[in-house]
Amino acid sequence: MEVVVAIIVGVLFAVGIYLILTQDVLRIVLGTSILTHAVHLLLMAMSMLKTGSAPLLGRGKETFVDPLPQALILTSIVINFGITAFFLVLAYRAYQKLDTTDMDRMPSESSRHRGQSR
Amino acid sequence: MSLLHLLTLSPFVLAAALPLLGKAAPRLHKGWFAAVLSAVLFAALLGYSADIRAGSPIIESFAWIPSLGISFTVYLDGLSLLFALLITGMGALVALYSVAYMNSSEESLNRFYVLLLIFMGAMLGLVLSDNLLTLYGFWELTSIASFLLIGYNHRNQRSRYGALKSLLITMTGGLGLLSGFILLYVMSGTYRIRELFEAGAPLISHPLFLPAMILILLGAFTKSAQYPFHIWLPDAMEAPTPVSAYLHSATMVKAGLYLVARLTPVFAGAPEWFWIVSLGGLVTLLYGSLGAVKQTDLKGILAYSTISQLGLMMSLLGIASLAGIFDGEERLLYAAAGTAALFHLLNHAAFKGTLFMAAGIVDHETGTRDIRKLGGLARIMPLTFTVSLFGALSMAGLPPFGGFISKEMFLESMIETMHAGVFRLQTWAVLFPVIAWIASVFTFVYSALFVVRTFFGPLKEELRSRNIHEAPPLMTIPPLLLSALALALGLFPGLAAYSLIRPAAEAMMPIIPASGERLPAELKLWHGFTPALWMTVGIVAAGSVLTLTARRWVKGYDLLPRGLSINRFYDASLRFFERITVRVTSLYMNGSSRSYVKYILGFMLLVLGFILFRSTDVTFQVRAYAVIRPYEWMILLGLAAAALAVPFAKSRTVAIILTGTIGYLMTLMFVFLRAPDLALTQMVVESISVTLFLLCFYHLPKLRTERRAVRFRLPNFLVSVAVGALMTLIALAVLDTNPFDPVSDYYVRESYESAGGKNIVNVILVDFRGFDTMLEIMVLGVASLGIYNMIKLRRKATDVGSRHVEHEGEEARKEASVLREAQYGYDGPVEDLDASKPGAGLPGDDQADSLPDLDGSSPAEHSDRREQPEEDQGPADSRAKGGERDA
Repeated sequence: MEVVVAIIVGVLFAVGIYLILTQDVLRIVLGTSILTHAVHLLLMAMSMLKTGSAPLLGRGKETFVDPLPQALILTSIVINFGITAFFLVLAYRAYQKLDTTDMDRMPSESSRHRGQSR
Repeated sequence: MSLLHLLTLSPFVLAAALPLLGKAAPRLHKGWFAAVLSAVLFAALLGYSADIRAGSPIIESFAWIPSLGISFTVYLDGLSLLFALLITGMGALVALYSVAYMNSSEESLNRFYVLLLIFMGAMLGLVLSDNLLTLYGFWELTSIASFLLIGYNHRNQRSRYGALKSLLITMTGGLGLLSGFILLYVMSGTYRIRELFEAGAPLISHPLFLPAMILILLGAFTKSAQYPFHIWLPDAMEAPTPVSAYLHSATMVKAGLYLVARLTPVFAGAPEWFWIVSLGGLVTLLYGSLGAVKQTDLKGILAYSTISQLGLMMSLLGIASLAGIFDGEERLLYAAAGTAALFHLLNHAAFKGTLFMAAGIVDHETGTRDIRKLGGLARIMPLTFTVSLFGALSMAGLPPFGGFISKEMFLESMIETMHAGVFRLQTWAVLFPVIAWIASVFTFVYSALFVVRTFFGPLKEELRSRNIHEAPPLMTIPPLLLSALALALGLFPGLAAYSLIRPAAEAMMPIIPASGERLPAELKLWHGFTPALWMTVGIVAAGSVLTLTARRWVKGYDLLPRGLSINRFYDASLRFFERITVRVTSLYMNGSSRSYVKYILGFMLLVLGFILFRSTDVTFQVRAYAVIRPYEWMILLGLAAAALAVPFAKSRTVAIILTGTIGYLMTLMFVFLRAPDLALTQMVVESISVTLFLLCFYHLPKLRTERRAVRFRLPNFLVSVAVGALMTLIALAVLDTNPFDPVSDYYVRESYESAGGKNIVNVILVDFRGFDTMLEIMVLGVASLGIYNMIKLRRKATDVGSRHVEHEGEEARKEASVLREAQYGYDGPVEDLDASKPGAGLPGDDQADSLPDLDGSSPAEHSDRREQPEEDQGPADSRAKGGERDA
């Protein structure tokens, strides 16, 4: 299963990066979201999969899956949510303000700067 | 830390304390602090002269960076002492002079004296350090201080130009110097100058010897403004006159001479050293004296004269290096050139300091330094006239001034060179005295022009209306002292000869005291009828004729081609580099953040890929395989399919739903991977996220209907596939055998024992790694503040906008609001509910009514406000559930 998961991790990373490199702001936000899923899977796979039961004590089980990646991922999920919400509103406001979701059509700081110097 | 260290560093301490001291004594001019400190340092250093004269140098060491073997070793021998006294003595006089000269505002005075003190400290450190690297550090610090002082009037474009020029040229040399020092280290294994001397002869045959020498000379020549690096010095005259007098004639520009003298024991004996130093010096001497004659600015004359005089001393140092290859009588003969150089160093400081200060006084009182506008000042400013005359006579090399003695010695050394008969001197040696004589004639001419044009002749019309008078005493005392010194050095040369010059010359040529000889130090005004005296007579005769006819032949300079000047070359190359830099930079800094992301990813691919490829520890052997059940296959394949479909989705809504699918499949994965908390949290978060996305879209009608697939771009595709492959490889590499015990065992063991919780993941989050969780909450807080502000800001901007247009009447307001509507998709005033309906103009307008709590703010705020509490609840909720399970 680990190998399959590793391949899925690769696929998710590739898709996430590809979306981040597009011009559409909304797809960039989606890309970051997919990237997070890839990282979560990677973290899970790192600790080997299904090596025991769920990390809950007092149920008569002796072996557990590694709880540490789960703690990390839990933190990551929440932070990712905050970031996604922020990005989304940013993209939304950018669209309202600039009437485009195309990164290339947004007047960037440097292009304005260049415009002044020339 | 010894007393000597403290002395060296005290200017820095005062520089740091100066602004505070200025607060404590606001009425006192800041210059007094600098003047008093310099005078104290001068006196303290003079106290060491008895030891030095007796031939026992002082060495104090202080480990600075012990791990690199860099120590701050202060070494005081004759050469260092001569320079240190020059630095502190001139420093005291210049600071005194500047008290009257500098009368600008409080703040800029602070800047001036802080920089001056930093310079003084750096210069002292330079001449006192025994370690090449510390020497280099101080060397660059003097360049920086000089840069800032030249640019003191930073609003003046010419000041900035001059400052930049000096910085670029001296720093280029400094870089060469550093490389040269490193090469010396490679050859000898030491950075200590003293140990370099002991390394001795084997160095000369080393293949790196010549490169090291050339690089070090590059540093020395740029600093000492030798041809063709001299071009920065005339432009440096934009600095305030005290700075010119101090840095750009008496001290900093002599750092190159110091370095050449200091390293003479290492390089002397090599023919290249002799030729480069002496010939470079001679060319500079001639070029400087020819250039000075055509100057019309008093400080311009002095700048070119300084270049010329530096060349003179440099050539003498080159000839002195011949002492390394002879013995006995002949050695002493050539060593006398070194004595001459060092004596001239002192004379130059005296007369050039005098003349700079006099030029400053003339500028200060008449408001101009242009000799075409000056004249007849001798009667109005008799004191300034007298000191200028003394300075000029010494500069021209006339008796009974110090300049005469050193000029005679210089001419003698040049004649002596003809008899050396080494390094193929037989053919070319006759050039030495010839160049020296021509240059001296022009030295006489510009010295004469300086005095004659300023002080003789009729007073010009425009100056007559001004109330010109002698400068205040504080300004006249320092040049008075210096001109007296110029005279005293001529009348009583023994004053300096035995206590300063001889120890310095012997420190420069340690082979002489080592072989039990002593340098002759009898400097005399009257030598008898030597060839040098006849040359001087010729100089005076020719010089007088040329001075009297100057107006006629100076025009000849205009005939020289201007396009070939070194300045033109400098400006052109600067422009060229600027253009190239802009072009190269804009090749990759194209302002698109996506390109930058690609660079980062590319770099990551390179580094990680290289490590994966090269590291022998990475094997792709998986420890153990977990079983995949059929339904898990389905989920995994579903994940891959959903992910791969996202880039192909034409409509954004589909892309969002596909992403949501990935999230829900992840939830299922978590369930099967025995992570119930993750599954719960992911479920909640995913639901909110998708809702949020769709809600956003809901209010952006244009986007919702727009259908556009992602355009395929090969570079993006390649980068993302490569990253994906790399991550797969990393994931596989991690599955290799683990040589360490996992830390997780500790958490499993201690979860109940120490923290009393049965849900291990929860215990880790809230107990063991509680701070992480706190920071996580902070991230959420910051994100929500950011979201809140983005919406709040917009509302404020609209308020201001509507208030602004009110003044321009109703019509304009309407127009503006229409404009805004076109821009933002909604109209401005917040109170106006109808106009601010989100999605106004949609076919289904009633949709807006279904959101009655909307108060005209953006839908995003609305969704934000709604979801925010849930968002906070999300993880807490799941944890609470986990807690229940504990109970």
